[in-house]
Amino acid sequence: MEFEAPAVQLGAIGPEIALVTTALLLLIVDAFIPEGEERWYLAVLATIGFGVAIILAANQWGERELQLARMVAVDNFATFVKTSVAVFAVLTVWLSRDYLKRSEDEESEFYALLLFAAAGMMLMASAADLIMVFLALEIFSISLYVLVGFRRRSLASQESAMKYFLLGAFSSAFFLMGIALVYGATGTTNFYPGGGGEGIAGYLVSSAASDVDLLVLGVGLLIVGLGFKIAAVPFHMWTPDAYQGAPSPITGFMAAGTKFAAVATMLRLFVVVLYPLRADWRPILIAVAIATMLLGSVLAVIQEDVKRLLAYSSIAHAGFVLTGLIAANDRGLSGSLFYLATYGLTVLGAFAVVTVLAGRKERNVTLASYRGLFYERPLLAGALTLFMLSLAGVPLTSGFVGKFLVFGAAIQAGYWWLAVIGMLASVIATFFYLRVLVVMYMQEDDRGLQPAITGRLANSVVGLTAAATLVLGIVWGPLIDLAERATVFFA
Amino acid sequence: MTSGDFGQLAPLIIALPLLGALALFFFGRRIGTAAGTVASATIGAAFVIGVVTFFELLGHEHGHRSSVVELWEWVAAGSFRVGVDLLIDELSMVMVLVVTGVGTLIHVYSIGYMHDDPRYPTFFAYLNLFAASMLLLVLAENVLLLYVGWEGVGLCSYLLIGFWFERPAAANAAKKAFIVNRIGDLSFLIGILVLTTTVGALSVGQINAEAGAISAGMATVAALLLFGGATGKSAQIPLYVWLPDAMEGPTPVSALIHAATMVTAGVYMVARLSPVFEASSGDLALTIVAWVGAATALFAAVMACAENDIKRVLAYSTISQLGYMFLAHGVHAYSAGIFHLATHAFFKALMFLGAGAVMHALAGETDLRKMGGLRRVMPVVGWTFAAGWLAISGVIPFAGFFSKDAILASAWADGEYGLWAVGVLTALLTAFYMSRLYFSVFEGDLVVPEGVHVHDAPVTMATALVPLGVLSVVGGVLNLPGVLTLEHFLEPAVGESHVPEGLIPWVLAGLALFVAALGIGLGWRLYARRDGEARRRAWQRRVPWLVTGARNKFYVDEYYGGLVVGPAKRTATFFADVFDTRVIDGVANGAGWVVARSAAGLRKMQTGYVRNYGLVYLFGVVLVFSLLIMKAVR
Repeated sequence: MEFEAPAVQLGAIGPEIALVTTALLLLIVDAFIPEGEERWYLAVLATIGFGVAIILAANQWGERELQLARMVAVDNFATFVKTSVAVFAVLTVWLSRDYLKRSEDEESEFYALLLFAAAGMMLMASAADLIMVFLALEIFSISLYVLVGFRRRSLASQESAMKYFLLGAFSSAFFLMGIALVYGATGTTNFYPGGGGEGIAGYLVSSAASDVDLLVLGVGLLIVGLGFKIAAVPFHMWTPDAYQGAPSPITGFMAAGTKFAAVATMLRLFVVVLYPLRADWRPILIAVAIATMLLGSVLAVIQEDVKRLLAYSSIAHAGFVLTGLIAANDRGLSGSLFYLATYGLTVLGAFAVVTVLAGRKERNVTLASYRGLFYERPLLAGALTLFMLSLAGVPLTSGFVGKFLVFGAAIQAGYWWLAVIGMLASVIATFFYLRVLVVMYMQEDDRGLQPAITGRLANSVVGLTAAATLVLGIVWGPLIDLAERATVFFA
Repeated sequence: MTSGDFGQLAPLIIALPLLGALALFFFGRRIGTAAGTVASATIGAAFVIGVVTFFELLGHEHGHRSSVVELWEWVAAGSFRVGVDLLIDELSMVMVLVVTGVGTLIHVYSIGYMHDDPRYPTFFAYLNLFAASMLLLVLAENVLLLYVGWEGVGLCSYLLIGFWFERPAAANAAKKAFIVNRIGDLSFLIGILVLTTTVGALSVGQINAEAGAISAGMATVAALLLFGGATGKSAQIPLYVWLPDAMEGPTPVSALIHAATMVTAGVYMVARLSPVFEASSGDLALTIVAWVGAATALFAAVMACAENDIKRVLAYSTISQLGYMFLAHGVHAYSAGIFHLATHAFFKALMFLGAGAVMHALAGETDLRKMGGLRRVMPVVGWTFAAGWLAISGVIPFAGFFSKDAILASAWADGEYGLWAVGVLTALLTAFYMSRLYFSVFEGDLVVPEGVHVHDAPVTMATALVPLGVLSVVGGVLNLPGVLTLEHFLEPAVGESHVPEGLIPWVLAGLALFVAALGIGLGWRLYARRDGEARRRAWQRRVPWLVTGARNKFYVDEYYGGLVVGPAKRTATFFADVFDTRVIDGVANGAGWVVARSAAGLRKMQTGYVRNYGLVYLFGVVLVFSLLIMKAVR
């Protein structure tokens, strides 16, 4: 048998290469800096890395091809996701800079892990092969396990990292089993036909309907594995604990980035490649989405810890975005992309406020400690108000537009009752978002809560995300336009 | 319609005051006393850009002076699309110049007037926000955007009337203005919806182009609903009641919002959408517009004669003059209406600012009867006010003469002799009550409250008064036959207007002058001469019912209170105390209770043990598999 070496086209994974290179560079540079020196340029270097990645990703806009032995798809969809993830990561770096400043923790390792995680997430978006998906998934998961436990002296942080890791490994096993079943059924892990193989998509076209039972079981396990990453019920149990224990900037990044990357893979896999099998995966996802929306919203109501509250909120949001996926139409695709991009910015902003108030020691994270915040820090409270309203889906915020799009897509696909359930869940969710506002505005506190972090960088992250939340809620046209053009896949 | 040929700077006209407002909201405390300068600079810059754009517009040929500047797509729902588009044409630019020009002067005036106020930056933030909303209103290319501006000015009006909210009268006046305006706004909104469903578009250009194709009945309904909105914002019968009370706000606010600009929003809107009004069957809509305007003009003028509060006299006068503008619209003379809008903006803003200067000098005194002879101690205020007085009275060659004459001549030309007669009668009353005001305040013996040292207006205030005074004198040249013709200029935007020909206009003008002289003479006899007191008594004895009625504002507030407010309050009380607390709260609390209980139950799953989490996960996997297998078996 003749072996043909695949053409190595590094341009396809240029953004990922940029991030990994930057990460390695960071570690090397850090080794040469004497103890006790200011390390501001580490954050600058990380920012440059992301900047380069964004430029390289943006350069791929408009292309449509498969590269690296048909394992990586280069298309608008991937570009949209990659750019968003890079933006989330940059904001996280800036936020972390002020968060880490007064600690002895290894700043370079923190950024390096963040860069690795972002690289993994980006790869998820363009993976066109199940093995590549798994690889990308593990790259960012392992980085995140470490980041969650980054507060080495905190027992809570260690515990949550351990839980996240154990359950993550558990989940990866199922995901791998799913890949095995799919391979067993189709003889391939590649998504798209071509290059001598027919790929999963091609297999579905050429085989009879009765031959797909094994494949369907495999797909079920893929849903389980990816459902874990997006924190869908009943695979969500790790979420509140991990979110609570992790350093606050990382929690924000997990909520924004992980969700986007995993849903991106789901969109490519289910809505595009496995579209012919939608009669099989739809009922499962519908059940999962309903459970996720309702359980997330209901359980958030009684949370007393702001980070846990936001964790349940992020569970509920996974359910909302799944309605766009279930719709499996163009509006659903672009709506989901818009939803995740704007949700990411909003949730990053919310965690930025939490970070600013909690600081390195992660104090003042209970809801009660936010009492009268408005009277102490009106701008911070105002920004948090905006984020809460956006998460609740109030008009004039980006959250409203996102919900409008995904529910609209579900209605267009005939799943109006799913949209109704989603709206009911939103109503329940509104309750606890408003509870945060009530605490901030209507309850008085004499302790005088002061932010633990006063850095400009952290505050500017709050400002930027707040501005994005508001502006995208009013001028949503351009971003929707981009999202619509991002539904061009390699197919 | 040509699209986007020029006016690319127009978005800045709105953006600048808006930015000013935002800056003052967020950094007002830091900006401090510079707030007035910042606010004046933004609106001044908007004025400059307005002038530039206006010249750009003049550079195009007559009939091609319309441009749509598309900013971004705002709403996209299926095939229904609404953009944030600005319409730059003759009509909107005249409005922009009036709003920014008068607005700038009043901003400058406010620097002096408000300088002691503790919430000085907030005041200018509101003023700037108002200017931005008003400019959005006049530049909007679709009615939805126009509505945004419409509500924006309403909000600012509320905030500014109630600026001194610690005074109950101001707080109540603000509420009254807001609620009465809401009634009009609702009518306006329904009108917009009717238009949208019949025309299928929100664009002003499209609505106007397709208005002729709407059925006459539907057009009448739409036009009257729109006019309902105009009666609220432009203070016409039956919704005028908020305007006199609005005088509780700071005087520059009264000048800018409740005399020169915001109250003209309705007048502008009717002119903007005039094809809809024209499409009404048998001119029904326009006839109603004209008669409501005429009735308001007369009714308000009568009340102005009996009012003793200097600002309220001016408020009634404003209502009356706005009535004139609607009268003009009603006889198809839109350009005459807009002409009067512009001149009125000059002289009424001037007189309000003059009144403000008087109050400023007299420690807040507003009663006419406690003033007198002030022209000698406040020459700048006195002389400029005199210019305003002669302008509104319709004395040649002051601005008001030309615009009022254009309206009356148009009414005559349209064959509406009844309307013309009401207009002439109102002109008589106008000349009379304004003379009464002027003579009481500025002529005769010097009367000032005790212990008050009277001084003329400070520099910033005078800076605003003088240009307005000049404009009140010469504003008439805007439409002087043979020199400049606003009517001809506005034609492409609002249509042609008809004026009588031959000898008739000269006769009508002569008559108007005679009436003005009569009114002024009467005012002089009763209020300027020392024996006026006795004569006044004699007049009052002749028509006691009219005097008592006018003094009590014809009990309109009381009727509204009994017929509308009372029942509404009782209904609201029922819903608030009975329906809401028992039914609605019951359902809401019940639902909350259910959610909280189920959450308390579900949270027990979150034990914190990884083994339990894994179990739940496994349960999920089993569930997924059973779903799939069940489906496969079936």
